Amino acid sequence: MNILAIIPAYNEGEKIGEVVSGLKNKANLPLDILVVNDGSKDETESRAVEAGATVISHAINRGQGAALKTGIDFAIKKNYQTAIFFDADGQMDPAEAYNLNLKLNEGYDVVLGSRNIGRVIDMPLSTKIVKRLALIFTRLTSGLNLTDTHNGFQAWRISALSQIKLDQDRMAHASQILNEISRLKLKYCEVPVTIKYTDYSKSKGQKIWNSFNILWDLLIK
Amino acid sequence: MLLIQIILVAIIASIISHSLLRFKKGDLDFKRLSLWVVFWLAAAVAVIWPDLTVLVANYVGIGRGADLVVYVSLVVLFYILFRLLIRIEKLEKNLTKLVRQRALEDYDNKK
Repeated sequence: MNILAIIPAYNEGEKIGEVVSGLKNKANLPLDILVVNDGSKDETESRAVEAGATVISHAINRGQGAALKTGIDFAIKKNYQTAIFFDADGQMDPAEAYNLNLKLNEGYDVVLGSRNIGRVIDMPLSTKIVKRLALIFTRLTSGLNLTDTHNGFQAWRISALSQIKLDQDRMAHASQILNEISRLKLKYCEVPVTIKYTDYSKSKGQKIWNSFNILWDLLIK
Repeated sequence: MLLIQIILVAIIASIISHSLLRFKKGDLDFKRLSLWVVFWLAAAVAVIWPDLTVLVANYVGIGRGADLVVYVSLVVLFYILFRLLIRIEKLEKNLTKLVRQRALEDYDNKK
């Protein structure tokens, strides 16, 4: 097996088991699943282990970017060839991991999920507006021609992943990844994915004002 | 002396004595202690003889001594704030590095 699914998780005990087994059963890929438990205070770790994932735990919460980086380090260390980033809150459809991997094998360095050429179920209007603005911001700053931005569903060739510099601990890492794709001139493409906004994911997800924090992180650091 | 002057001088005196105590305990090195003490002595002088600040203010082209004190304080505050932000950022990065390293080591040790 040489595909590793990396799932950063912070207090996702309620959903993580379902997400892990979903990936296992529906991705239709021979993959190992790594949950990076980012200092959760609930049963995230035990639920993930129960569901059959490998779990690495941060002693304290350091942010999604940091958790992702730990997962990347692990994938490199264990000689995986492909990494698939997946969210812990159940918004993504595990069956679509197959499409991302398929596309990656056509010779891309990275395949990004896009909800705008895919399907979005019940996205709140406020999220729509913020995503729109973020998209414009990303196009301007990274120069990438994307239809979606900050989509956590991504498939990476480890050879490309090991080149990117990722030091944004919190949510700004999503923009940083895109900037790195642009800087390293990686071969990228988008694949439609379904993002399902549920009450759970909405309650766990980004608050709008966090956009300002992200902008601050990007501009100042 | 006005009441406000007495209060301010008392506060400054206690800050200076606190700094000296911390220097004795080794929390503060001599360079920082001297900077800090000079700063607060200057503040005390400005409180006791406010006319002096007017002299300096006029010399640099500002009308009132109090205005000069506010301007200078703001600049100093912003500078310190900036330094602190950078320091905190560095601490956070180092902390993350440690947490991530330990998480990976813990995993290896568990096996």
